[in-house]
Amino acid sequence: MSLLEIENLRLSIGGTPILNDVDLSIGAGEVLGLVGESGSGKSMTALTVMQLLPQAARASGRVSFDGFDILSANEWQMNQLRGDDIGMVFQEPMTALNPVKTIGEQVAEGIRWHTGANRRDAEDRARKMLERVGLPQHLFPLSRYPHELSGGQRQRVVIAIACALNPKLLIADEPTTALDVVLQKQILELLRDLVDENRMGLLLISHDLAVVADMADRVTIMRNGMVAEAGETVATLSEQKHPYTRQLAQASVHVPARAEAPASRPRTDRPPLLEVTGVTRDYPGRWTSLFSREKPFRAVDDVSFSIREGQSVALVGRSGCGKSTLARIVLALDRPTAGSIRFRGEELTGLSEVALKPARRDMQVVFQDPYGSFNPRHRVERLVAEPLHLADPAPSTEERRELVARALAEVGLARGDMDKYPHEFSGGQRQRLSIARALITRPKLIVCDEPVSALDVSIRAQVLDLFADLNQRLGVAYLFITHDLTVARAITDDVLVMHEGRIVERGATDEVLARPSSEAGRLLVEAAPDLDRALAARRARLAAATA
Amino acid sequence: MIVYLAKRLGIGLMTLLLASAAVFAVMEILPGDPAQLMLGMNASPDAIEALRQQMGLNDPLVWRYLSWIGGLIVGDFGRSVTYSSPVLDLIAERAVVSLPLALMSLALLVAIAIPVGIFAAARRGRFGDVSVMSITQLGVAVPNFWFALLLVYVFAVWLRLVPSGGFPGWNAGLWPGVKALLLPSIALALPQAAILARVTRGAMLEVLGEDYIRTARAKGMPRNVVLWRHALRNAMIPVLTIIGMQFAFLLAGTLIIENVFYLPGLGRLLFQAITQRDLIVVEGLIMLLVASVIVVNLVVDLAYGVVDPRLRTRQ
Repeated sequence: MSLLEIENLRLSIGGTPILNDVDLSIGAGEVLGLVGESGSGKSMTALTVMQLLPQAARASGRVSFDGFDILSANEWQMNQLRGDDIGMVFQEPMTALNPVKTIGEQVAEGIRWHTGANRRDAEDRARKMLERVGLPQHLFPLSRYPHELSGGQRQRVVIAIACALNPKLLIADEPTTALDVVLQKQILELLRDLVDENRMGLLLISHDLAVVADMADRVTIMRNGMVAEAGETVATLSEQKHPYTRQLAQASVHVPARAEAPASRPRTDRPPLLEVTGVTRDYPGRWTSLFSREKPFRAVDDVSFSIREGQSVALVGRSGCGKSTLARIVLALDRPTAGSIRFRGEELTGLSEVALKPARRDMQVVFQDPYGSFNPRHRVERLVAEPLHLADPAPSTEERRELVARALAEVGLARGDMDKYPHEFSGGQRQRLSIARALITRPKLIVCDEPVSALDVSIRAQVLDLFADLNQRLGVAYLFITHDLTVARAITDDVLVMHEGRIVERGATDEVLARPSSEAGRLLVEAAPDLDRALAARRARLAAATA
Repeated sequence: MIVYLAKRLGIGLMTLLLASAAVFAVMEILPGDPAQLMLGMNASPDAIEALRQQMGLNDPLVWRYLSWIGGLIVGDFGRSVTYSSPVLDLIAERAVVSLPLALMSLALLVAIAIPVGIFAAARRGRFGDVSVMSITQLGVAVPNFWFALLLVYVFAVWLRLVPSGGFPGWNAGLWPGVKALLLPSIALALPQAAILARVTRGAMLEVLGEDYIRTARAKGMPRNVVLWRHALRNAMIPVLTIIGMQFAFLLAGTLIIENVFYLPGLGRLLFQAITQRDLIVVEGLIMLLVASVIVVNLVVDLAYGVVDPRLRTRQ
């Protein structure tokens, strides 16, 4: 009998149907990958098992855990299961821990609650568990607070909380989506080991087929609250019988068709569009007492590179390596401690806001989060027209509407969309809006900070196509900041690998990503999930097991 | 933490200095010659001039300001002419009424508002929440002097449980003193408690929507346990800010309330000093009020550090 069995699960929230006839099962020691795009009902399925749904939710069907009927369980019975027999790991490690409690308290709390152990025994057990997830006592004492840990370390604490009592089932909802690829690999390996050690069942929710192919014995693919396809991992993902599975797989490895970029032929007669020379940025250290402070932190360390007109350059590196600080300096939103930024042959550092206006017009930005970067109370016309305050002379109302309409057309939106509000658009459309906003001043360079990492794979493919197309048609140069190598591979000519504030490797994207020569580059490439590679490895393991 | 405190203390002293300049300037601009007012309309110009000389009113402005704050620093608040006694003595005499009054109101405020706010948040949208919120709506709207009169009518006149006004002095014993301050402190605290309860509820609801609450629930702890163990401390940060601001309101409120209840406190002293143009008393009192608000905010800043480890800098 399976550990967890879900049959004909239907769920509605306030009358809106969310799940429709969902079936899935997980055995002890088995990893089930639950794949789907946002809104497909993956998380709601998981929360149904935990019975942590919103109040207005109504579920029907059968959910049985170890023979126990979850849908008819009362709150008291569920509290016995949660944290003891079923553990859960959430997506966002930065907010999943209580900021005012130490990690020791938070890990020991569940242990004390379920076993009635005294403080000392519970803390001993918490210490062992933290050690198990890779947070050894001498570096990470129980008295640490979450804000003293990095994102990856916090996710380890969350895993320690979930696994503290050796649950029979662990539910991990996008456990690595917020982490960089190197951390992702470490966390996935940890989960894998915990499954093997304790014969724990793992429900791994992810939007990333490559991650699931690497981890899961079986996959269930969800779409619009229904199961689209389910089966053994290798067969399902390599045969791709179901059209939706095929669509997802293709979108996740999608590379936009790009002609040989004109910019890849060096034109030595013209100065580079952007020239960054010896840029360094120090952040002052914290005051530790009245008279002494920590050493300054060097976020960006002697970085030099240049971008030609129409060139697309990727800046890749792990989180915290200084990518975003460098981007802010390029955009003249932050001043470098040393070094110079020349844009169109003109020095930018030290210029006043007024003097920066023409440069700002030619240099725009697209951020990661299409939800957070728009004021929800303004119409699209106003939002997209925002950078026009840089225009000189200021356009008339008529011209403004015309410019907005043209920018919208360029990103594949309709003129009529101008009068809508941001909430009327989907995530992908909103990212198109932010690209339109960046395009409206006809910039020569667009700095993109993780522009597709918040998007679903199929939408991501469309947005990448759009970026490639604009590069071809309008000759816009890009500085793509990303930790996702598939994005770098898909859309850039050259790549810069950044590590601890320095550029440690540079070259043509294809070559660097195929044969990285730096340690940092090699780590990134090895950790990057890859669907084909994961499937091949799994096939080899299966063959070895049957032989 | 030490650096943080030193910074706060520095800001507090700056505020105090600015306040002293502002208080002094306003007093200068106000019409009416204090010497003339004291001696009455029929006083001879010579007598007025002599008093002005004695009070130092003829010295240059900057000199008078400097000697005043110089005095404040060494604890000499000057001498009241109307009461012919040192200002500090006057203040000390009245502070034994006003300080307990303010502290009792503060205690009542916190003791009422926070549990009510938590209760409302825990039963969000249900009958308990809705009724509590309607009552607090009323509390926010009612002016405290009117509420004070209502309290006097019900508890002093009608039920005769407490005196309707006046203060027997602490020599008469603790209980009679507390009894005399009971109605005034309720009158001061309740309208403010209505505001604080709403803030507490809002802060709790916001915290209850955080991811770490879900993490705690996933450990298998019931909703109410999570509320106390995980939500409350996080919700206290905005609540503390409001309490700090409300303390200033309570102090200012004593001015009205002490007049309603005939309490010989600082509020009444201030009121009388203003009507008698006893500038030196007014200035001293206002500086004292400013200083106490600054001290309370310093305490609030310290409390932030206790509640939220992110604000404690690692040593």
